[in-house]
Amino acid sequence: MHINWEALGQVFGVSLVVTVALVGVFTLGIVGTSPRKQQQPDGTVTAGTVPTALGRTGAYACFALCAAAVGYGIYLIVAK
Amino acid sequence: MEHITLLIGIVIVTALVFDFTNGFHDTANAMATTISTGALRPKTAVAMSAVLNLVGAFLSVEVAKTISGGIIDEKAGIRPEVIFAGLVGAIVWNLLTWLAGLPSSSSHALFGGLIGATLVSVGTGGVHGDAIVMKVLIPAVCAPIVAGLAAMAATRLTYRLSRGRDEQDTAKGYRAGQIASAALVSLAHGTNDAQKTMGVITLALVTGGVIAPHSDPPLWVVVSAGLAIALGTYLGGWRIIQTLGKGLTDIKPAQGFAAQTGAATVILASSHIGFALSTTQVCSGSIMGSGLGRKGGVVRWSTAGRMVIAWCLTLPAAGLVAGGAAFLADQGDWGVAAVAVLGLGVCGAIWAASRRKPVTQDNVNVPDAEPAGVVTAALQAVAPPPAGPLAAPTASAAQAAAPAPAAATS
Repeated sequence: MHINWEALGQVFGVSLVVTVALVGVFTLGIVGTSPRKQQQPDGTVTAGTVPTALGRTGAYACFALCAAAVGYGIYLIVAK
Repeated sequence: MEHITLLIGIVIVTALVFDFTNGFHDTANAMATTISTGALRPKTAVAMSAVLNLVGAFLSVEVAKTISGGIIDEKAGIRPEVIFAGLVGAIVWNLLTWLAGLPSSSSHALFGGLIGATLVSVGTGGVHGDAIVMKVLIPAVCAPIVAGLAAMAATRLTYRLSRGRDEQDTAKGYRAGQIASAALVSLAHGTNDAQKTMGVITLALVTGGVIAPHSDPPLWVVVSAGLAIALGTYLGGWRIIQTLGKGLTDIKPAQGFAAQTGAATVILASSHIGFALSTTQVCSGSIMGSGLGRKGGVVRWSTAGRMVIAWCLTLPAAGLVAGGAAFLADQGDWGVAAVAVLGLGVCGAIWAASRRKPVTQDNVNVPDAEPAGVVTAALQAVAPPPAGPLAAPTASAAQAAAPAPAAATS
């Protein structure tokens, strides 16, 4: 019986890397657009600082990367 | 479509019914976590999934020419009766697992049904044992592990990166991302599973001599198969959505996003590289993985265990029902009629049983209250429990256990 271990290994590797990378990039985008929580020394949490322009730009780049990945996914489905 | 005999007509209708059950059985794969995290309202979610399934059915031109994926020797005298019996087996098992609220692979049910019917009516020569191991058993074991590990790692990472951020601030972004990955899963599902039904109908038409072998499915087949799966998806298998969205683990938006992205990636990677994995098992695995990835997250192993048992039973159970159906259908016209009547009866009984404790879009996000299972309790004792009561919805499974033997003997 022939079991295609190589293909299985590929699926495993590609899935793991792509999932972690995509989720990581998307999370960076979220982190870049949401205000940072600030913990005061006395333990209270005050309203966060507004993200900087640089952070915002980087975040949008992250989201664009994710959108491109979704586009590639659709391409894979259609081209099959 | 010059002359479609009554038998072929019955097979086509049965195939469409299977497609319909496939639709509502698999809505949960794409939409369960989307609904439970509140990314989309239940009705919106299933509507979106239905539209994408319909679109997906039209997308691919590469039709599943061998519907059984080489598991069954389609040249070894497969007659419409055999396909009919196989479909009945698959439908009955799909409905039973739906009643139990357990996600199980519709493709495996179809394979199991066709295998059982072929074994009874053609003999062992009509089935390729190697292909069963390669295409069904190994993927069934690997899919949840691959998807689970990917989702777990992704969940860990996303929680680490977003540390110091308010959960309320990030939830909106996660939900938006989740919708995108759920859409991809729906689209991929439409291309894969609607194709299977088209393949079945085409095969029936070929065996009945209506169209030439190796021809593409006629347009009306594509349209009707797409519509059947979309309609099934839209009606929503709320029982399974409840299990996947609330039963296995408590899903927060970040986890839902990680799970959905993992599922979409695994499904696309596996079908692209050519090691097909079942959508259902991939999605269930990734949801469990995301449950394990969050600190304080707990997977309800009793629910997961029942799900795994259902996966193991899918092939033999659908095969058994289909084998019985094939035996009856081989007796002649009255046999086919008997199978049809019995099949309708079983479906009606399952539907009636489901009315006793209906799960709808209104209560889909409320987990069934039930004492936690033994394993869950043991795990809780070992690991400090997170906030909130844990409840495993086991009631629906107990309900389903009752009609199961009756169906197996039909």
